Amino acid sequence: MVSVKRIYADFKVFSVGYLRNKFGLFFGLIFPVVLILIFGAIFAGGGDGTVNVYAQNQDTGIFGQNIGDSFLTALNESTTIKVITINPSDNFVDFLASKSASEGIVIPPNFSAEYIAGNQVNITVYGNPASSTSGIVTGTVNGYANYFNLQRFNGTVVIGLTSATINTQQTSYVDFLIPGLIGFSILTSPMFSLVNISSEYKKAKLFKQLSLTPLTKMEWLTAKVLFYILLSAAGFLLMVGVGVFVFGVHVTLSPWLIPFLVLGPILFAALGMLVGTVTKNPETAGVIGNIITFPMMFLAGTFFPISIMPEYLQTVARVLPLFYVTEGLNNVMVYNNISAALVDIAVLGVITLVIFTLAVKLFKWRED
Amino acid sequence: MLPIEVSGLKKYYGNLKAVDDISFTVKEGEVFGLLGPNGAGKTTTIEIMEGLRERDNGDVKILGFDPWKNGYELHKKIGVIPQNFTFFEKTTPREAINYYADLFHVKVDADAILREVLLEDMAKHSFESLSGGQKQKTGLALSLVNQPELLFLDEPTTGLDPNARRAIWEVIRKLKAKGKTIILTTHYLDEAQQLSDRVAIMDHGHIVAIGTTQEIIQQYGSSERLEIKGSQRLADYIRENTELQVEYNPQRGTITIPLKKRTDALASLAAAEQSGLEWSNIQTRQDSLDDVFIKLIREPLDGQEETAPEAKTDKKRRH
Repeated sequence: MVSVKRIYADFKVFSVGYLRNKFGLFFGLIFPVVLILIFGAIFAGGGDGTVNVYAQNQDTGIFGQNIGDSFLTALNESTTIKVITINPSDNFVDFLASKSASEGIVIPPNFSAEYIAGNQVNITVYGNPASSTSGIVTGTVNGYANYFNLQRFNGTVVIGLTSATINTQQTSYVDFLIPGLIGFSILTSPMFSLVNISSEYKKAKLFKQLSLTPLTKMEWLTAKVLFYILLSAAGFLLMVGVGVFVFGVHVTLSPWLIPFLVLGPILFAALGMLVGTVTKNPETAGVIGNIITFPMMFLAGTFFPISIMPEYLQTVARVLPLFYVTEGLNNVMVYNNISAALVDIAVLGVITLVIFTLAVKLFKWRED
Repeated sequence: MLPIEVSGLKKYYGNLKAVDDISFTVKEGEVFGLLGPNGAGKTTTIEIMEGLRERDNGDVKILGFDPWKNGYELHKKIGVIPQNFTFFEKTTPREAINYYADLFHVKVDADAILREVLLEDMAKHSFESLSGGQKQKTGLALSLVNQPELLFLDEPTTGLDPNARRAIWEVIRKLKAKGKTIILTTHYLDEAQQLSDRVAIMDHGHIVAIGTTQEIIQQYGSSERLEIKGSQRLADYIRENTELQVEYNPQRGTITIPLKKRTDALASLAAAEQSGLEWSNIQTRQDSLDDVFIKLIREPLDGQEETAPEAKTDKKRRH
């Protein structure tokens, strides 16, 4: 019978030991915050203050002239906007959503023809009322439209502006960094700790010793998992706090985060346990643990979004369990995309079940 | 029912017969020593009794339980210090005792247990800061938490300095005085002799001698003998003038006379005095457990061939 009292006793003795170990505490809570501060400081400044704007020029031109191109080139010379043109055949709104961009410019197909004919033609400017950068973009485009009108038509409005609202919000690197580093700490703390504990305890015969008490291995593992769930929750609050107060990140907090904060530590505690169990000694366990952990640490969307990686690496990322934690956290916290998060929860649940079952099966208290 | 009944116990690791058909019983309140060189099979035997290892063959009943099949039940009733006892580094002895008490669902007075194992000064020190002897005492303290009647101590003093060893002995004697049955493995002869009511000497997986140390010495050792310093001439004189069997060791200059009865000593000394030759340093000697141990253990002195496979088994056992 599983005894809550024994789980609690083991949890207590483990937590007290953990808290006395400054090293563990540093890597569990302080280190991820330090990473946020460092990476946040590097990327948060945003450099010269120009706004990146996606633009789609649907203008087909007339008499070998493409006024749309000239307009965008002119815009690009402004100090406030950097224009990134995209393929005219793409669905613009979907594209903005995929890039989490909150501004965009579309030049209509008949732009050159109408302009030359002096008929009014409107440029569509997408913006998000909640975004501070949308105003800058609208203002700049408006300014250049007036300039074009003035140049040729003495101020008669030929080029007008249509505003369109989109709900995506420009995500800054720091917004993205918070879920990534939460994922990072959900991976590293339980994983490194359990690899180390399970192989060291085995070597020191501590498991044998514990097998001489009524504590069962399931109770022991439950206590560890509980501890790392709480540690992850504490790390989560700390990191979100630092993100919000230091860098003013925009993240959504929702109950949908809970499955990730629970399944993640279970998964990586079990995975660490598994590595410690199947390896012969702590040295090998450490090496195998690193081989599994390091690629995940960098490729699963922790320090940078996987969308910036080449296609083949994105495929690799999708087989890494951590990917479903970071993607899920991003879906909930940044993109507010719960249906996508549910898929991540489902995949994560299955992986966790498999690894946990395997770890419990292979992990032995005593030898034969 | 005896607390421990072992018969025909076997445990092989591949070709290596770690424990090869051993049988013994231990009575209630007895301190039973398993003595033998490293690799003799002591730890394998004790771990099988504790339910930490599965046996290949034979019957083992510990407090009436099959230790492998009913280990979980058995463990509530026994106390164990495994070899090289270690514990969570950052945990103090008092916390460790309370932890074990929670696991066993028992109420204990941690301070009383700490006093019992002479560790009350270190109650609040983390395990990693304790000395070797204090760590062993922590192990002893933990083995007492569930108030077991039967204790297994696997090499409780290996690697400790003489003072720490004596302190552990004191604790073990107190436990014995309380009537606990104790199984002790050791490769120290004095420890076995000091603490055990009976010992079994193990070698290469066999029990080569079993009984009280006196019994073993009587059975396997030579009887009492008289030794005096003197010359070859004196030895010849005594041989000619008594009916005793006299041996002479020219290098050491000692004359040795086995004593079949007490008057043999008087006869030898009378003859020596009568001879008018010089003699000195009378002493009587008897084989100690040491002498018997050396005789019984078939370990070649150069040791190389023997230690290699043993080291290998050791490694095997660890995993």
